[in-house]
Amino acid sequence: MRVCIVGCGAVGSLFAANLARLDDVEVWAYDAAQAHVDAINADGLRLSGAGEVVGRLHATADAGELPPCDFGIVATKAMHTEAAIEATAHAFEDGCVATVQNGLGNEETLAAHVARVIRGTTFPAGKVLAPGHVQWDVRGDTTLGPFEPRPAPAAEIARLAEACTRGGMPTHAVADARGPQWRKVIFNSATNPVGALTGLTHGRVCERPDLRALVSGLVDEGKAVAAAQGIELDSDPEDLIDQAARPEVAYDHKASMLQDVEAHRSTEIDYLNGGIVRFGRELGVPTPLNQAIWALVKGVEQSWQR
Amino acid sequence: MIRSVCVAGAGAIGSLFAAHLARVADVSVLTRRPEHARALQEHGLRVSGRSDFTSRPAAATDPDDLPEPELVILACKGTDLEPLAQRLAGHFPAATVMTVQNGLGAEEIVGAHGDWPLLSSVTFMSGTRHADEHVEYVLDTATWIGPYRGTTVDDARAVAELIVSSGLKAEAFDDLRPAQWSKLIFNATVNAVAALTGLSHDFHFAQTEEVSDLGHLVRDLVDEGKAVAAAAGVQLREDPWDMNVLATQRGHRHYPSMLEDVEAHRPTEVELITGALVRAGRRHAVPVPLHTALYRLVKAKEASYS
Repeated sequence: MRVCIVGCGAVGSLFAANLARLDDVEVWAYDAAQAHVDAINADGLRLSGAGEVVGRLHATADAGELPPCDFGIVATKAMHTEAAIEATAHAFEDGCVATVQNGLGNEETLAAHVARVIRGTTFPAGKVLAPGHVQWDVRGDTTLGPFEPRPAPAAEIARLAEACTRGGMPTHAVADARGPQWRKVIFNSATNPVGALTGLTHGRVCERPDLRALVSGLVDEGKAVAAAQGIELDSDPEDLIDQAARPEVAYDHKASMLQDVEAHRSTEIDYLNGGIVRFGRELGVPTPLNQAIWALVKGVEQSWQR
Repeated sequence: MIRSVCVAGAGAIGSLFAAHLARVADVSVLTRRPEHARALQEHGLRVSGRSDFTSRPAAATDPDDLPEPELVILACKGTDLEPLAQRLAGHFPAATVMTVQNGLGAEEIVGAHGDWPLLSSVTFMSGTRHADEHVEYVLDTATWIGPYRGTTVDDARAVAELIVSSGLKAEAFDDLRPAQWSKLIFNATVNAVAALTGLSHDFHFAQTEEVSDLGHLVRDLVDEGKAVAAAAGVQLREDPWDMNVLATQRGHRHYPSMLEDVEAHRPTEVELITGALVRAGRRHAVPVPLHTALYRLVKAKEASYS
């Protein structure tokens, strides 16, 4: 089996290095950062933290070098999906492409370029420490399922899930992967921008009753939009939020969106709160708080151009 | 004609009043810091920008060191009003006291500390304070004055005439609430959005092309405010949305004070502005979910300083 990781940042690297441990899987990584690519080709891709792994794989910043692949796993930030799949689609003419990205709308973007798409949601997290070296912060499960309008065959989804699990990334193949996706989107949309706008860590957001009420208001709108599509959340996002606020879990964690804002980097707000608003408009479900938060974070991004 | 004025609190607005009024009346300045009073005594108070002159008001940190005035103008920030009113308690019993603070509720705070006749006012002029003894006169818009407690429109008119004779703009009204509420809704909206996004009050606030554009949020916030005003029986003098659009077309960037405050990690006036609107909404049973969200976010942003 040949797998190409598209976007070999923190999450992409977790899949790439772990899959590369398997003798029957040939791993390629496509990434725009040449220094990262060179380091991976020279010394392998190293993970440390929640697991110590050095994966040997083929990395390239030139999509033209990619051979035909059985699977793609797209792990770029959501705003780079379009450019990444446009460059690499030729490698997946006979293959299936999974997204393990944040947010809503990535599957639709992939489906405009490739024929068989896998809807995915992943919870493991990490950060790039240096070219070729990624810290593995959190272990967690991944769920894969068909993207209904252009689905990958169930047998292929199961084959990819089995390989990931064997490589050390526990992955479930399911018939409907929308529940986990919406649970994570609702969690991220309700908490990340509140941290980004206030500068507070996840735990401090949750311990203020007034702010926690705002978070619940955002969750409720997301749940209503999910329910209008007949999506059954696999568990309540509120539980995920309270769990993460515990001191031993992620009390001091600065949401990635807060880190983005502090570094003046574009955020994934269009695919989180923006995604909930877009689906809400199509379904006739009002989402005024998510729309307000979306506009505020867009305003933050616009303020850097002043 | 009023012959003696004490300006209490000499930020940008207080300094503009003190310097101009000193050209037509005996003016004293009550400051919080001794070095501020000393600088005014030694160097006078310079105005640049739309006016260019230096005045020599008296200055002290203790009301006992200042002559008894006919008029006291309380020009401090809303966050400093309670301690300032405490310092004035028992002083200047024959004077009329005028508040200039943003938002709602300044008159009640002052009225609790003495039996002075009270005038309300809102000011649209703006300045930049460059030093204790130097203020730049930026926007030459008017100050609007109305009776509040134990005063009539004639008292308001006398103060307006004095201010106009000093070279600033002012107008008296029978009932200030239509103007006060117009500015309240404008400020609650523009200041909070600016403080959370980091945007100065620029064209983004009137933009409505995309769903995520900030103009939609601004308009929705204005609409919530208008509903509260209607329920409170206040007929607005100006539509705050029109005020917003007009201000963004003026061609220069205005930095709302709440944005300056959060950038300097100072407490903001959110309690007297957005907080006052949210409480008025609750009192009149008008839902204000968006102002409530922004109020919580700004309060949380203040909490993030420590």
